[in-house]
Amino acid sequence: MSAALETVGLEKRFGGIVATDNVSFRLEPGARHALIGPNGAGKTTFVNLLTGVLQPSAGTIRLHGEDISAMPPERRVKRGLVRTFQINQLFAGMTPLESLGVAVSERMGHGYEFWRPAGSKSVVIDEIVEIATRFKLVDVLEERTASLPYGKQRLLEIALAFACQPRVLLLDEPAAGVPEAERHDLLATVAALPRDVSVLLIEHDMDLVFSFAERISVLVNGALFTEGTVSEIANDPRVRAVYLGESLDG
Amino acid sequence: MPGTPTEIATRHLAETSRWKPLEFAFWLVAFGAIWLLPSHHLILNEIIITALFAMSLDLILGYAGIASLGHAAFFGFGAYFAGIFAIRVIGDPLTGLILATLASGALGFITSFLVLRGVDLARLMVTLGVALVLGEIANKMTWLTGGADGLQGVMMGPVLGLFEFDLYGRTAYVYSLVVTFLLFLLARRIVVSPFGLSLRTIRDNPLRARAIGIPVNRRLIAVYTLAAAYAGAAGALLAQTTQFVSLDVIALHRSADVLLMLVIGGTGYLYGGFAGAIVFKVLQDVISNWTPQYWTFWIGLILVILVLIGRERMNHRVAVLWARLRGKPEPRPRTIVGGH
Repeated sequence: MSAALETVGLEKRFGGIVATDNVSFRLEPGARHALIGPNGAGKTTFVNLLTGVLQPSAGTIRLHGEDISAMPPERRVKRGLVRTFQINQLFAGMTPLESLGVAVSERMGHGYEFWRPAGSKSVVIDEIVEIATRFKLVDVLEERTASLPYGKQRLLEIALAFACQPRVLLLDEPAAGVPEAERHDLLATVAALPRDVSVLLIEHDMDLVFSFAERISVLVNGALFTEGTVSEIANDPRVRAVYLGESLDG
Repeated sequence: MPGTPTEIATRHLAETSRWKPLEFAFWLVAFGAIWLLPSHHLILNEIIITALFAMSLDLILGYAGIASLGHAAFFGFGAYFAGIFAIRVIGDPLTGLILATLASGALGFITSFLVLRGVDLARLMVTLGVALVLGEIANKMTWLTGGADGLQGVMMGPVLGLFEFDLYGRTAYVYSLVVTFLLFLLARRIVVSPFGLSLRTIRDNPLRARAIGIPVNRRLIAVYTLAAAYAGAAGALLAQTTQFVSLDVIALHRSADVLLMLVIGGTGYLYGGFAGAIVFKVLQDVISNWTPQYWTFWIGLILVILVLIGRERMNHRVAVLWARLRGKPEPRPRTIVGGH
């Protein structure tokens, strides 16, 4: 069976700097996988390569066996590769209802329908409400996004990705800035995703990683440092050294 | 508000596409002016054409976030196309209008690829450049456009073969008004559609729009083409109703004026162009009667005040006043953080 998402010899250079260094990575179908690494390890560059925001200097990216290396970002989304952002990327002047509505209609292929009012299809509405309920956004559906409290904006950030019905979901520090109490709700929602959705969590909060992931990959200086199960990684002295900034020989 | 979430969501979405009382009032007045203001048809015709032009800019600026300093390229192209078509082919207004609209749309489609790359400043320069190039072409091709003397000898036939253009501008105003109204109806439908909503996501955050699967470039090409066609229609109306085209239709100040009107009237709700065009033209008329040479001084001053005070704050003031008058609870202020 082919991997849900796979990179072979992926590389990204900015002038003389190697931001992603020969990364060959495999995300199994249904995986709950975490990608960790110290600040500046190249996690965000890696995500930008996967989603097509950046073009790789070398290497291949495959989504369910299909080569997507040269595909523009929006086509990758249609193929089921969806991401969330570390810093909220929302539609400030629109309501959550409208934002989710656009994502749902776009996925259903209604994006060019200009002759009928948005919201005249009950399938779309039903799905918006279902997602809003799951992410506790029902009571703020009609508010302008810019005026929502941060916690709600964070939920909307993730809900928007859900609305695209991902097959592979990339979560870029989903809990960043979310208060402790809401953190668990957020992760519970992610963990409750059906198993046919494969999830890659990019995070540096270790507690979160250990409670969510089944496998962990460690990225250091743009290259894959090691990979293993949660207990393997948790007990790996080299990983601890990297995180504490100690030298490996020391 | 009572109801299940589904009912609330349905109602909220239906609300945005429903006609408000003020809109009915506006169009009633606009059509009523045919009979009520017979001596002002010439200026009304000019206002409604300018409003259509401003609305076309609103489609790209207010809905898709493309700032243009050369929108007169399409207005001017439509005007020249309609004028030349009347002289060289036939003088039937509707045929000329439709062809000029389509041709301007085609020009918009071709030049849309230039505005895809880059952000605001780059777009301002590219659109400005396109308008300058076209303006100079119109200036040089004297045999076709009349160059600096203007395009003379435009003779229009009657509208629908029935209504001759008269000296008082009555037919002109009715013709321009009906065309503008029909184009407005179409635009109003488009902006509340799934397509229209997807444009607003691009305006607010193109990065995220792409990340939820919206083909941003194609949508921008589509709306730019549409806006160019609308601007071309406005230009054609001007050429046909005044039966004259000069280089003025494509000049830089026309692009700047229309942007100014939109800023005065507000972007992103289609009526901004109408409000701006009315305020602009009436001010121009009133102030230039009073001090013919310095009227732009006052327009400039108003612009500075508008931008400094900020439209959101002003609109909020009006909303609060309105709520007080009707004895309703005051609306909450909208935060401006993160907005455009």
